Amino acid sequence: MKDQSKMPLMEALQRMRHERLVPFDVPGHKHGKGNPQLTEFLGEKCLSVDVNSMKPLDNLCHPVSVIKEAEELAADAFGAAQSFFMVGGTTSAVQTMILSSVKSGDEIILPRNVHQSVINALVLCGAVPVYINPQMNKKLGIALGMSIDDVKRTIVMHPNAKAILVNNPTYYGICSDLKQITQIAHEKGLLVLVDEAHGTHFYFGKDMPVSAMAAGADMAAISMHKSGGSLTQSSLLLCGEKVNANYVRKIINLTQTTSGSYLLLSSLDISRRNLALWGEETFEKVKNFAQYAREEINAIGDYYAYSKELMNGDSVFDFDTTKLSVNTLDLGLAGIEVYDLLRDEYGIQIEFGDLGNILAYISVGDKNKNIERLISALSEIRRIYKKDNKNMLDTEYISPTVVISPQEAFYAEKTSLPLAECGGRVCTEFVMCYPPGIPILAPGERITQEIIAYIQYAKDKGCVVTGPESMDISRLNVWEGEENG
Amino acid sequence: MDDLWYSEYHTPSVRFSLKVSRQLHYEESKYQKISVFESLEFGRFLTLDGIMMLTERDEFIYHDVITHPAMAVNPAIKNVLVIGAGDGGVVRELGKYSGIELIDIVEIDERVVAVCKEFLPQTACGFGDARVHLHVQDGLKFVRHTDKKYDLIIVDSTDPFGPGEVLFTKEFYGNCCRALTEEGILINQHESPFYQEDAKAMKYAHRRISHSFPMSYVYQAHIPTYPSGHWLFGFASKGLHPLKDLKVEAWNALGIKTKYYNTELHQGAFGLPTYVKEMLKDE
Repeated sequence: MKDQSKMPLMEALQRMRHERLVPFDVPGHKHGKGNPQLTEFLGEKCLSVDVNSMKPLDNLCHPVSVIKEAEELAADAFGAAQSFFMVGGTTSAVQTMILSSVKSGDEIILPRNVHQSVINALVLCGAVPVYINPQMNKKLGIALGMSIDDVKRTIVMHPNAKAILVNNPTYYGICSDLKQITQIAHEKGLLVLVDEAHGTHFYFGKDMPVSAMAAGADMAAISMHKSGGSLTQSSLLLCGEKVNANYVRKIINLTQTTSGSYLLLSSLDISRRNLALWGEETFEKVKNFAQYAREEINAIGDYYAYSKELMNGDSVFDFDTTKLSVNTLDLGLAGIEVYDLLRDEYGIQIEFGDLGNILAYISVGDKNKNIERLISALSEIRRIYKKDNKNMLDTEYISPTVVISPQEAFYAEKTSLPLAECGGRVCTEFVMCYPPGIPILAPGERITQEIIAYIQYAKDKGCVVTGPESMDISRLNVWEGEENG
Repeated sequence: MDDLWYSEYHTPSVRFSLKVSRQLHYEESKYQKISVFESLEFGRFLTLDGIMMLTERDEFIYHDVITHPAMAVNPAIKNVLVIGAGDGGVVRELGKYSGIELIDIVEIDERVVAVCKEFLPQTACGFGDARVHLHVQDGLKFVRHTDKKYDLIIVDSTDPFGPGEVLFTKEFYGNCCRALTEEGILINQHESPFYQEDAKAMKYAHRRISHSFPMSYVYQAHIPTYPSGHWLFGFASKGLHPLKDLKVEAWNALGIKTKYYNTELHQGAFGLPTYVKEMLKDE
């Protein structure tokens, strides 16, 4: 292990501040002096390090000094061969994984419950998705992980596939058997890409599910700003031994800004140090908070805060116990309804509510009294709003039919139709509930009556449905080609 | 003698000061900073995070008005829950009723109780009563685990900034409602209408209580050491009315000794200044 107490990037910024360099470069606010209102709002210290690349601060596009050192320390802390500091969110890390692994016409194997950024990357590069239907837990209405048999079968059926992508974990905390999937994929020559947007803590906590790098995967996208504590939009991309890091850097530079924010970069540097030095105890606290809340919430009645009892050795190979996911269906309320009540009636903002579940994000920043407030508010919501639950939609996994590639569909000739008339046509845009941002429809997929009913139900329950050009999702753009052809 | 003064900022530009002869105690507990001072005019006084909680001289007003009005509306009260009453003053007053069978006290900070027992026997004497059961716990958590058990809940909280914050939330009032019997009454320390920040907290508290209880009223008292001296209390219930159900004769027949409270004052206390009535109208 390197000396993880060092923060080369933050230390360089401190030196710069101390030397009182006279700025005749961008940004034009010049350490905040030119924008007093912004400085008042964000603080002088913050503005004084919002600076441009310069020799003492290295350059994100071509790191040779302090950024390089900071990236090496991060790679060391995460057990990776190489790490990249990303300033375009984990979206940019996910896109880089895909753009550096597959190109136009290549097949890539994915679970259907991927984040939209994955399919967006396919629109950019022209690769073709091969979906593995995740197993469903019907009672909870959530997609689980990939089963090993499905992975094996799909690889056999698509011998030319170049890569497989795995969620580790899902938004709800569910992990597939990453180690075995990696082994199987590597035997067949596939690259293993892991979306670890919700798994930063796997690298540092005790008794956590296996991390991508420990499982031998090739690349992983890490949302440092989620459980890692860095600023929103900062993220890490990790690479294993066999990845050509210089090629990856070229891919990153295709779309990443040349003015990477030092606020974001230094937050990655500082957070990496905290995780390396104190991550284990930090996540022990988070686990205890979540476990306490789960027990108390389950004692209220009608709520089901699930955990490791879902594990089945396959599609739920492991569960991330820092996640507080709660099923609300026995209450007769959709997750999104509980989510809205918590905010509007009790002043509590949680991470998301879908049709059957809510997710409260627990972190080291939480306090006992706020956990008590959350539990008590849930108890009150049950007392006051509980309904007969006969009319709850039984969430089924809707298996997509990919007719053309996301890229082909995205750029194809299209026509706009009212939602109700779209049955049987090929969609050319995304439809998803946000969060979690997992597509209901992706470009190139067949629209079925079942999907139309699901979209309508999600809208009625108050979900934020996004993606289509038609902002209120009253219409969808469909492919003209099929009719013409 | 040294020129020592204790000051509390009632607003950023208004200060209230007492000349003190000495500081008897200071500590930082898990939740807050606890001090006890000796003053010339007000006797000993307790502060939490620099805010004055009670003085020996005027605590009788606060403890009388937070306890006796509910007892005079329902003298048959048997089970009482007091939240945040670490100094023991409320318990001392409740102890005067022989009809009360159970007094549960929930105080999150056991150090407050210990410090008061050591330095403020005038109020802490209440803890000696055999009907009193002290629970060192989060108040919100305690009520959440209780169902239709209490005839009276008294919320003797600090201000809604700091550890007392949860005791001003809608989920707390809702859980209190569940914890009360059908005849149940909730009394709470309701902040002041005078200075802007206090008034804001007062209005929020009233709105939230009104949403949780069928009946919700506010009454007032004059407390010299609290900001502006004008302090409010909340009376919420599932059905009992603070004036129509007042049992003047029954209460007076109990022969309870008080220094501030009496049944005429009770009837006057619910008559509020016009500007306060305006504030309490649901926005």
